[in-house]
Amino acid sequence: MNHLRARLVQAQPDAGARLNTPQSDLALHALAKLTGLGRVRPVLAGRNVLLRTAGQIGAAQAVVELDGLARRIVLCPPDLAPEHLGYVMRTAEVEAIVADRADDVLLGLGASVHTLGALDVPLALEDAPDLDTQWVLFTSGTTGRPKLVAHSLDALTGAIAPRQKASDRPVWATFYDVRRYGGLQILLRALCGGCTLALSDPAESLADHLLRLAALGVTHLTGTPSHWRRLLMGPQPPPIAPAYVRLSGEIANQAVLDGLRALFPTARIVHAFASTEAGVAFEVDDGLEGFPESALSGGGPVDIKVVDGSLRIRSPRSASGYVGPDAPALVDDDGFIDTDDLVQLNGGRWRFMGRRNGVINVGGLKVHPEEVEAVINRHPAVRLSVVRARANPITGAVVTAEVALADPLAAVSLNEQSALRASIIAMCRSALPAHKAPATIRFVPEITVTGAGKLDRRHE
Amino acid sequence: MHQSTVEALVRRCFETTAADQERELQPLTDELPLLESGLDSLCFAMIVAQLEDDLGVDPFSDLNDAAFPATFAEFVQLYEAAASEQTAA
Repeated sequence: MNHLRARLVQAQPDAGARLNTPQSDLALHALAKLTGLGRVRPVLAGRNVLLRTAGQIGAAQAVVELDGLARRIVLCPPDLAPEHLGYVMRTAEVEAIVADRADDVLLGLGASVHTLGALDVPLALEDAPDLDTQWVLFTSGTTGRPKLVAHSLDALTGAIAPRQKASDRPVWATFYDVRRYGGLQILLRALCGGCTLALSDPAESLADHLLRLAALGVTHLTGTPSHWRRLLMGPQPPPIAPAYVRLSGEIANQAVLDGLRALFPTARIVHAFASTEAGVAFEVDDGLEGFPESALSGGGPVDIKVVDGSLRIRSPRSASGYVGPDAPALVDDDGFIDTDDLVQLNGGRWRFMGRRNGVINVGGLKVHPEEVEAVINRHPAVRLSVVRARANPITGAVVTAEVALADPLAAVSLNEQSALRASIIAMCRSALPAHKAPATIRFVPEITVTGAGKLDRRHE
Repeated sequence: MHQSTVEALVRRCFETTAADQERELQPLTDELPLLESGLDSLCFAMIVAQLEDDLGVDPFSDLNDAAFPATFAEFVQLYEAAASEQTAA
């Protein structure tokens, strides 16, 4: 028996170990022994269950309740648009929905909706079914329909090292949301280790968040480089002194690594390469950006190679595949996943150069240039546009656009250009999430097209 | 470039970005902590990109230590220093 609740029981959480948010706590010992699903459990047994929760605590409770019980759990990220729910239901063959509160959208999806209750009914571990539940996660912020990625609990927990000593109880915190791969990794570390985890809350200010982490005595803190840059911009040194600082989800550049080293001189600072599809591939803790050439020589369970400039990963921690009838293959014939992350070797160090398919990573959120171009091209004054990543020290990248006008003489003066720029940006902001709208626009006489007849998307 | 010109540019950039992003900008006093300005990381990313276009400098990418600016005055000083270095070079 090795499902998540069994692992939590084995970890023997202390009386004080809990999942903490500004509003509420969930004690791990209660989560280990009680259920809030009561009589619904038999209904959910062996089913494909969609988890759609307003809060992270509800999601955490639900995955513990359902791993081993459901055949498949589909963990909706917080920003999954309601219009995609129907597609997700069909693709993942969802039979039931578990939510922390039911609403009309969920009730209209054609599956039974069950509300998570407070943990109040004792649950004997040996009475619980022990299915090898499939976990379905979403890739972050892609255009149109989200991609559904299937994992096993063993793959998801593959990078989690066992505790050295029984007394070794880190206090975790993460800026990520546990409904995405990066945050889920930390939730699973806390649950499998019986440790306290402080969850983030979008309504909480960074100052209040840090005070909460300080009160809990946080020792292990994780986030994207963008999360960390925000902390580095704080008015005074944060009231915390973590022993372990982890960055992943975006390229960690030297400036953010140096900033963290200066802020937390004694902390172990680790930047990890991980993706929803490939899982946690490797970690670097020498304080330098990129990763050493020696990472490719192997030795561990993860094989890494570079083909045509992009990083390829073969790993027991990888997803088992994409979900759905028309899902593309995840791995090549040799079992490697192409991450589409371009890397370059220089002086014994591999460094990340951006995404092959032009996907722009703005503070951990993906932007497809084509979707932004489509909006800009709808503007009556625009003939053609090309959208690219522009390196940015705050979010790693921002969106920038080059625009060729239908009438090149329409915006000659600076005032005309400024007004047109504002009008194009306003149009993007009304049609797209904020991170997808261009930060800057440059007017050009012509848009360069490559020999293959495609827009030239080389990054600036 | 004259220093007050840099400050005026920075101010205008904060204001237009806040308006574009529909954020409520706090009064830009020297002591205003950037994290309490009402702007988020994305806003600052856009401000840094815009100022790079306007001033030709990106002092954030050249920070060699942890001296990230914390207040509005420090933010302006960072750009004034970078702009005057560039003029001198």
